[in-house]
Formats: sequence, C-alpha cells, structure tokens
Amino acid sequence: MKTLIRNMSPRGDAADEDLSGHPSDIPLAVHDLTVAYHRKPVIWDVDLDIPEGKLVGIVGPNGAGKSTLMKACLDLIPKTSGEVAIYGKSYRSQRRMVGYVPQRESVDWDFPVSALDVVAMGTYRQLGWLRPVGRKQKRQAMEALEQVGIGHLAKRQIRQLSGGQQQRVFLARALAQDAKVYFMDEPFAAVDAATEEAIVRLLRTLNERGKTCLVVHHDLATVSSYFDWLVLLNMRVVASGPTKEVFTAANLEKTYGGHLSLIDDALRALRNVVE
Amino acid sequence: MNWTSFDLWIVAAGALCAVACALPGCFLVLRRMSMMGDAISHAVLPGLAAAFLITGSRTSLAMFVGAAAVGVLTAIFTEWISRFGNVDRGAAMGIVFTTLFAIGLLMIRRAAGRVDLDPGCVLYGAIELTPLDTLTIGPLDLPRVVVVMGVVLILNLAMVGLLFKELRLSAFDPGLSDTLGFSSRLLHYLLMTVVAVTTVAAFEAVGSIIVIAMLIVPAGAALLVTRRLVPMLLIACGVAAASSAIGHWLAVEVPSWFGAEATNSSGMMAVAAGLLFGVAWLFGPSEGVLTTWWRRRRGADVDHHRGPGPAVAERR
Repeated sequence: MKTLIRNMSPRGDAADEDLSGHPSDIPLAVHDLTVAYHRKPVIWDVDLDIPEGKLVGIVGPNGAGKSTLMKACLDLIPKTSGEVAIYGKSYRSQRRMVGYVPQRESVDWDFPVSALDVVAMGTYRQLGWLRPVGRKQKRQAMEALEQVGIGHLAKRQIRQLSGGQQQRVFLARALAQDAKVYFMDEPFAAVDAATEEAIVRLLRTLNERGKTCLVVHHDLATVSSYFDWLVLLNMRVVASGPTKEVFTAANLEKTYGGHLSLIDDALRALRNVVE
Repeated sequence: MNWTSFDLWIVAAGALCAVACALPGCFLVLRRMSMMGDAISHAVLPGLAAAFLITGSRTSLAMFVGAAAVGVLTAIFTEWISRFGNVDRGAAMGIVFTTLFAIGLLMIRRAAGRVDLDPGCVLYGAIELTPLDTLTIGPLDLPRVVVVMGVVLILNLAMVGLLFKELRLSAFDPGLSDTLGFSSRLLHYLLMTVVAVTTVAAFEAVGSIIVIAMLIVPAGAALLVTRRLVPMLLIACGVAAASSAIGHWLAVEVPSWFGAEATNSSGMMAVAAGLLFGVAWLFGPSEGVLTTWWRRRRGADVDHHRGPGPAVAERR
C-alpha cells in the first residue's frame, strides 16, 4: 500500500527521506538511483560522489540517461528508487545551492520576454513570492549578460537571438542564480565557436570561484581539455573519477559498446591527448 | 446612432466580462492551454445542476460556488488523466469536459420540470437584459452583472499584478520555476481557479460563446502585435473592451441599415473580437501579413514576386 501511495503521489518519491548518512561537504552524492519511464529503466543503480570544486563532464551514448540523471537529481522527474543528496541534504532543502541550465529546446523561444527578463529570472529566489523585480535584480542580470558577452542584446526578444546567444542567455541566468553547484544539460549542443569559447571561459571562472559544475557533454575530442572529473554513463555508471584516470580506451569501449565509429573518434581523441 | 444609458450599460457589462477574461486568457495562450477555457465553460454544467439539486434554489451564490468548484475539478481531472493515463493533455481535456457536460445534461433531465435552463441562454447569454437586473449600492443603482464582473476584474488585476513574475516564470519555464521554489503546479491550479471563477461569473451574464472568445481572441491578437508581456496584457484588454463596444454597435446599428432587426449583442462581441484579430493578423507591426508584404515591396525589389507566404510560414 505504501508503495502504491508513493507511486500515485505526483512526485512519485518520498521527498524527505533521512539523508544523514551523506557527508555535507560533498556537492552531489547519488546512491542506488534508478529511474524508469513506464517500467523501463533509463538509469539503473547509479552511485556517484562528486567532490567539491570540480568541472565534471557527464559523457555517454545517446539514450544513456544523462539528462534523466540530471532531472532526477533536481526532482524534475520522479525517482523510482534511490536517493540524491546535495551537500548532505535532500534537494528540496538545498534548492538555493543549485543552478540549472536546461536544454535549449526545453522552452518556447517565441515567449514574449527579453533576454534581460530571462536572466533576471535567476534572481527570483532571493526575491521570494510576491516581491517584484527591482533595480538591483536588473543590475545583477545585466552584469551576468555582460559576463557572457552579450550585454548589448539585453532588450532583444529571445527569438531574435542566434542559437549560441540563446544558450548564453541560459548561462547568464544560471550565473545570476549565484549557486554553489551547477547542472548544465548539453550547453555545448549546436553552438558556434564563439559561444563554445564563452562557455568554456565561464566554466573556468566558476571553477576558480570554487563552484562545482556538472556538464552533460557529447564531444569526446574536447573532454580532457574541458573537464577535470569525468562520469561515463550508459544506464549504469561505467566509471567516475579524475579525467586522467577514467578517460581510457577500455572504459570508452565499455561505455559506447559496439559503436565502432564513436570508439574510433574516442581513440583519436585519446591519441591527441597523448601527443 | 442614438445610444441610451441602456446601451451603455450593455457595453460596460460586455467590456468588464471581456477584460476580466482577457487577463487570465493571456496566460492560457502563453501556456498553450487555450482550450482549457472552453473545457471549463462546458464542464460547469453539472456544477450548476448539482448546486440546484442540493440547495433546491437558483440563488446565484450556490450556483456560482457549484460551477466554479466543478471548473477547478476539470483542471484537476485533466492533469490526473494526462499524468496517470499517459495521454496528451488535449485529449485528457476532451475526455473530462465531454463526460462532465454529459453528466450535467443527465442531471438536468432528471430535474426536468423543476428547472428551466434555456440552451439559448447558455450559449449566448442574456446581455440585453443585464440593465434590468440591478443592485443598489449606496446612492447608485448598478446592474448586477456590472458589479459582479467589476469585482472579478479587480481580483484578476490583483492576481496578475501581485504574481506577475511568478506567472511569467512558470509559464515560460516550469522546470526552473520548480527549482527556484515557485511550485509550477500551485501556480497552474491558481490560474485554473481564476479561469473557472471568471468563466462562471461571465458565463452567467453573457453566455459561453463570448466567454470562450474573450479568454483567447484578445490574447491571440495581442501576441500578433507585440512580443513583450506587459504590452501584450494591455493590448489584450484594449481589444477586449473595444470588441464589446464594436460588437454592440454591430448588433444594434448595422442590421437596421438593411432593414433587419437588431441581433444578439454578445454573439456580435465575439465576432468583433474576431475582426480585431484579423486586423492584427494583417497589420501587426512586425509580422502582419500586409505589413510584411509592404515591407518587401518597398525594401527589396529582388523579392518582388514573392508573396508574404514564406514569412508567415517561418513563424513557428
């Protein structure tokens, strides 16, 4: 009966389980996490401990459950079982620590808001309910936009921005949130070279400030230059650890299975690193 | 054209209904849930019938509470069915409101003879009669509809004013809204409650056609004219108010030019809103069909032979 109630509850999970077992200096601890859509598991028994202050790449083939892992960590989709601790406590009580950059397709870009409006949304938490956006929040939003190099586009309706600029708006919004751990879902997907550079610069800045960034990533060629910690995921965690130790041909073969062309790409990437 | 205070009260009642509907309507359109108003306005029937069967009276408060409660239930059932039945929200809406509407009809049949519910009244209301039913407030003698809709409008203005940033955030990015601690579910049900209350209040006065039209058409027209939220809300209210005046004029004055009798005002208000939508579609400053065509003709002679088609097709 209890499981039935839990399955029927909108969130599908028991939100306030006791997480006292997790140390409070670990930005993200995932324990035995399983997520299923319609009884088909998407991620299975995931265990992760991410140390503080790392730039973390989450890499794996399509359908490996990378986005699902992020969404489950942020309570955006129900967990089938397992628990997630952000600095030792449940996500619900640690929201202010977390910044989230969703995939670009997740919102309607025809929505009547300007770039500045979207970035200012990052400051809503400090405002709380009912209080309107004031001058201080607008200034913070403007600073964040300038930091990603598109301050001059603040007044544009968001449809009038290029794909790369839209991605930077999302990043600026995460900056304005001033979180301690950032979840970024494919920020590098389909962006121009200038934006890619801007994102990398931003990641480095965040890293220097001691923030932890988890980034879903696709391009194996850039993994070792962008990230100092790597999670290889294919439904289960294949490997997690410092990039130097984890980014090996054997691990990649385990992650990508029979996709030969991908493994070739990966090997080429590895060779580049060695040279 | 010789309008009496009678006509002015009709226009005022229509305008108050329309503006009160247009405010939550903007957020319905932005959330891509335009049909929710339609569903709610149909589904309130069993609420009306149940309130009558239980209380045995047709006092408007009981009817109002019953109808609004079922309106909110429509939104809740729709969410449940789409979540647990794993069907598209539009389909879930279709299932819920047809079922509730049918139950309502059954209940009315059961109570037949004891209740006179005129289908005509349900469809286009009786806005022509609104000036006759008055409430005395202090020294003023105001039509009841005007008072009721005035109160609803103030409530809706208060909601949009106080929760502007929350409503915008949860409509634009519900995921972020949740992660920032503004429950998108709570805001969704709040909006649905407001839509239900507004729909029921306006429905009683002007019938269901104008209610559905006024929830969606001004918001749609405004979105063709501007890509900013505050101007969108203002333009939607303007279109709503204007369509009330134009609609009444179309109903009363225009038929007489052809020697015909005056026709139904609330129906014509919906027509007028549709006409204003057409104007916005043709002449919208950035994406209007004729505007784009004109700009192309003047701008690039190379594109001379290309019609406005592609520009419109590119929009989404």
